[in-house]
Amino acid sequence: MAQVSTELRDGQGRLIAPGARVRSGDLEGTVGRVDPEYGVLTILVEARTGKNERMVRASTVEVLEEVPAGPEHAHEERFIRKYIFSLDHKTIGIQYMLTSLFMALVGGTLAMLIRMQLGWPGTRWEVAAWLFPGGFAAGQMKPDFYLAVVTMHGTIMIFFVLTTILSGGFGNFLIPLQIGARDMAFPWMNMMSYWLVVPAIVVLMASFFVTGGAAGGGWTAYPPLSAIPAAAPGSGLGQTLWLVALAILIIALLFGSLNYITTILQMRAKGMSMMRLPLTIWGLFVTAILMLLSFPVLFAAAVMLLFDRLAGTSFFLPEGIYVAGRVLDHTGGNPLLWQHLFWFLGHPEVYVLILPAMGLVSDIMATHGRKPIFGYRFMVGSIAAIGILSFLVWAHHMYTSGMHPLVAMAFMTTTLAIAVPSAIKTFNWLATLWRARIEFTTSMLFAIGFVSLFVTGGLTGIFLAQPPVDTYMHDTYFVVAHFHFVMASAALFGVFAGTYHWFPKMFGRMMNERLGKIHFWLTFVGIYATFFPMHFAGFAGMMRRIYETQLYQHLQSLGPLNAFISLAAFGLGAAQLIFAYNFVMSLRWGPRAERNPWRATTLEWETPSPPPHGNFGPTEPRVYRWAYDYSVPGAADDYVPQTSPTLAPVAGGGGEEPVTS
Amino acid sequence: MTKAPQQVDARRTGLLLGLVILGMVVVGGVGLTLFARGRWWLPPLASVHGGMIDRLFYSTLIITGIVFVLVHVLLALFVWRFAAHGDRKAAHWHDDRRLELTWTIIPTIALAIMVSMSGVVWARIHLVPAAADAMVVDVRGEQFAWRARYPGPDGVFGRVGPRFIDPRTNPWGLDAADPAAADDIVTSELRLVVDRPVRVRLTATSVIHSFFIPEFRVKQDTVPGVTIETRFTPTREGVFEIACAELCGIGHYAMRGRVVVQSQQAFDEWLAQQRPALAPR
Repeated sequence: MAQVSTELRDGQGRLIAPGARVRSGDLEGTVGRVDPEYGVLTILVEARTGKNERMVRASTVEVLEEVPAGPEHAHEERFIRKYIFSLDHKTIGIQYMLTSLFMALVGGTLAMLIRMQLGWPGTRWEVAAWLFPGGFAAGQMKPDFYLAVVTMHGTIMIFFVLTTILSGGFGNFLIPLQIGARDMAFPWMNMMSYWLVVPAIVVLMASFFVTGGAAGGGWTAYPPLSAIPAAAPGSGLGQTLWLVALAILIIALLFGSLNYITTILQMRAKGMSMMRLPLTIWGLFVTAILMLLSFPVLFAAAVMLLFDRLAGTSFFLPEGIYVAGRVLDHTGGNPLLWQHLFWFLGHPEVYVLILPAMGLVSDIMATHGRKPIFGYRFMVGSIAAIGILSFLVWAHHMYTSGMHPLVAMAFMTTTLAIAVPSAIKTFNWLATLWRARIEFTTSMLFAIGFVSLFVTGGLTGIFLAQPPVDTYMHDTYFVVAHFHFVMASAALFGVFAGTYHWFPKMFGRMMNERLGKIHFWLTFVGIYATFFPMHFAGFAGMMRRIYETQLYQHLQSLGPLNAFISLAAFGLGAAQLIFAYNFVMSLRWGPRAERNPWRATTLEWETPSPPPHGNFGPTEPRVYRWAYDYSVPGAADDYVPQTSPTLAPVAGGGGEEPVTS
Repeated sequence: MTKAPQQVDARRTGLLLGLVILGMVVVGGVGLTLFARGRWWLPPLASVHGGMIDRLFYSTLIITGIVFVLVHVLLALFVWRFAAHGDRKAAHWHDDRRLELTWTIIPTIALAIMVSMSGVVWARIHLVPAAADAMVVDVRGEQFAWRARYPGPDGVFGRVGPRFIDPRTNPWGLDAADPAAADDIVTSELRLVVDRPVRVRLTATSVIHSFFIPEFRVKQDTVPGVTIETRFTPTREGVFEIACAELCGIGHYAMRGRVVVQSQQAFDEWLAQQRPALAPR
């Protein structure tokens, strides 16, 4: 095999590298991309009609001005450009990640408040009352504050933690790196995406401090409760701010998802066919499509609800609503319309959280198991199938809403159909572990924990998918247990697995493995101890979002159960401080990470840790194989990077035929 | 990198993880479920259709329980057995069409069976015509109470309108101009007749509530502007509670109603004692 040249030079021996000023015939401009293998490059030309990129042969090029040597060539950015208003996808990804982790702290604190109230209703909490003076009266939590806490916990965790960290954090950081691109397709839009999240958060958090407090209608914000300011304290200005915050966030997420889709489709390195993409990218890709198609629907719904609240329209408000002693003027709306619109986003949204986690767990499992992922094509197929089906299942949240019973039958069928691709993925993960060589790094432990949580939560979904069973279980703690396993905890384990795995690449330092493992054990046990007993509260019929658990006959036996759940939740919450400590300490004092500490095959590990601006030095990587050539028989090492052109025997049909050049 | 120490304790970690999965998830999960049966479980059944729902629940519990145990046992075995040790390499094994089809087709069949089982139950609950002798009663969710309305001796529900509502004298908003409304009876508790089918017509005044009677396995949202009918047959005399299962505001947790199921005779006597809602007091 001929040695492939890695750089291009002109007649005078001057280096042709991105950023250099060159002339070719009558074209003059800066070099865009270079491809030494084929001896071609592109020149970025500034013309009257705008910027243009032209491809020319290297032999025709004369370098006018070389770029300074060094990986940071041509881009000595000032602090603000580099760390605040950065266009670099890595910085934006890290900004997204740190912001989401901060919001996780807020959302987690709110969860602790919920468990305080449910574990020991009526107790006086002097410290908490001192911390949140508006929410407590005589040391006891007030019901309106409780509902605001429940609503904001859900909203923050779903939209401002899991969505933003998985798509915004890992998506931004990993997509260009793993597909071999220098950045996102639209870096400016990418920056705007992050900088819209910030005002969204400010607006959301401000709602805690307005009259009536933050929104208290649940994260689903069903009207008329959320539409009529007189219906509840939290339905005042707090609800308006909630809707505005969500609308801003949706614009941010749409900017992001457009970017992810375009980048993945258009900017893959040479040889990186779609069927060679790591599953992380597949997960993020389908997620971006889901976001692009479903979030605008919630945006429309939010705007409609704002109009109902502020402009007197009646999208969701029927005639004859009697509230606070008077009949409202609204006429002709339907509250169920909101539920359809909301869940048309709301259900794809849970896959927005779980698909990226599935993707990166697959890659982590292959890397730390030193074994190719099992059934790559079926994995891709099931991600796509879940993506498509996720648009056809939304009304399974509405079996008891009053829609026609036949509709429920249709949605039961599609909902149980989505269990098939989920089962395929589960068994493929098991098959990946079979005869693997598992290295129990923290990230691998979290990846295995993910499978357990996903299975446990997925199976309880089969109860809820059946309308007759759901008639009893709907809006009970069984649902709370179900989604905390399958969507919240599983996605969170994906986040942790990804953080421990890619932290070295993001920050150039290793996280502490010992602390990481302690964090894993406490979190894994803590999640089961917290959420598994909630199933039984649901069996007993304990309703969601109730402030006080002891009023009803059928809930009398649940006191000890709820106290136990609360204790477990406090332990689980405290264990996350270990992660926070580890994260912050490792940023500064972690041992320096080498380029490829996990001996992984994908492209991000071919570049320094952390990668320089532009990611890949002067030449872009070229891909010769799929991402899963681990333990290839006959290969010198137990992994073959995607960039390795040497032919190695490929067993089975999972990988593509290697491209020879 | 700390590669070497990691490999040394890989077997130990694998064993520990396997044991945690077996001990906590499998044994703990199944054990806790058995333990919960006597304490935190479905309240004793008190309706006809609830039997079908409970049977479906138990079949689902058994099927999902088996998968839960099976997958976790495999997971535990694999993490223990395939922890990195010695210089054994992982297998470069990544595709098996037969296996893939197996775990595509078997879940498909199992889920198709569940769809049909559930579909039959659902149809038998909702898609059969109401019994001819069913009692009809209106129930309304308000912030934060339940109210019931009986048609009175004429058997006809009178016209209502929210503008007639007066919280003290006419909480239901009966239209005094309609003669059929004159004998309508409005109560703050729901009384039903044992073994007699009932059609409950649900409405709400301001926000969505959910009419939930755990013992009856009944849950139906009440939506402003819409009347939704739910049907069931109570099978046990006694006092039950209506819980609100849909967040409806700060009193959501306390929106408790009373249901009394009694014999036809006792019910008739009680009804006869009730004054019509519009009767002068």
